[in-house]
Amino acid sequence: MQTAVTLTLNGESRAFDGPMTVAALLATLGLETRKVAVERNAAIVPRSCYAETWLESGDALEIVHFIGGG
Amino acid sequence: MDGTLPQDDTWTVAGRRFRSRLIVGTGRYKDLEETGAAIAASGAEIVTVAVRRVNLSDPKAPMLQDHVDPKKYTYLPNTAGCHTAQEAVRTLRLAREAGGWNLVKLEVLGPPPTLYPDMPGTMEAAEALIKDGFEVMVYTADDPVACKRLEEMGCVAIMPLGAPIGSGLGIQNAAMIWMIREQTKVPFLVDAGVGTASDAAIAMELGCDAVLLNSAIAHARDPIRMAGAMKLAIEAGRQAYLAGRMPRRLGADPSSPLTGLIR
Repeated sequence: MQTAVTLTLNGESRAFDGPMTVAALLATLGLETRKVAVERNAAIVPRSCYAETWLESGDALEIVHFIGGG
Repeated sequence: MDGTLPQDDTWTVAGRRFRSRLIVGTGRYKDLEETGAAIAASGAEIVTVAVRRVNLSDPKAPMLQDHVDPKKYTYLPNTAGCHTAQEAVRTLRLAREAGGWNLVKLEVLGPPPTLYPDMPGTMEAAEALIKDGFEVMVYTADDPVACKRLEEMGCVAIMPLGAPIGSGLGIQNAAMIWMIREQTKVPFLVDAGVGTASDAAIAMELGCDAVLLNSAIAHARDPIRMAGAMKLAIEAGRQAYLAGRMPRRLGADPSSPLTGLIR
């Protein structure tokens, strides 16, 4: 059964068809898991847990990567 | 001796051994191609990187890893832009998850225009990070008391500024850098302030194990050429330090013999 999941991704509200795991979200967004890190509600989601971490409406996620810096 | 450094002149931080004594930032370049080329020209083995939100509207944008290979270079995640201990710790925990690295550069900055290290925030973050298993190379004020305290806490490298970040003013505090160098048992670097090659040489002549810089290369008119100049300056400064400079004296001391002068 499809249920909508509303998430705050890097500060912006986005709606997805759910239920959805972190792994599925990253795939939907087109991101390579090995190049990013994910924080869900201010707690880091270990990469090994992406496939079994289910997202809930209202979750706030930060998805970060490395960029040039000094 | 042909002027090249002996092959065994290496330095070690947190159990990792490096030959290059130049650590370069990867920020402020025109594009990622230039970043990659300048870093290659610098000979650096360690590069600092920042952690930021992914641009979700353009997930296929080229990433730093595509131009600066993390298998070839040691990535040193930094906390640039963090003004509190909490932000810095959170950033480096994400960096560890993104890349698996425990070796990190901590900086907690005060407000503009100096962006001077916020030492209470730096101490608080260093303590939390070390407790959490990180190996912390720490950007610090040129304060010998604070530097000693950070070393005693377990920071793996002490990195005072030579001048404010991005100022390019050179080593404004040579005497203090030398004094802190003398008391420091772990790797000691100048981080921030270098503006051109001679500044890097001066830092090395003062006995630094390495120098960390970014803008001096990235904001040069020809960054790739400046990267090469920095490589040579670091090597020259290191050689001069090992060679031991002559004493300074107040007055002349002729180089030619005074005997056998024609009359």
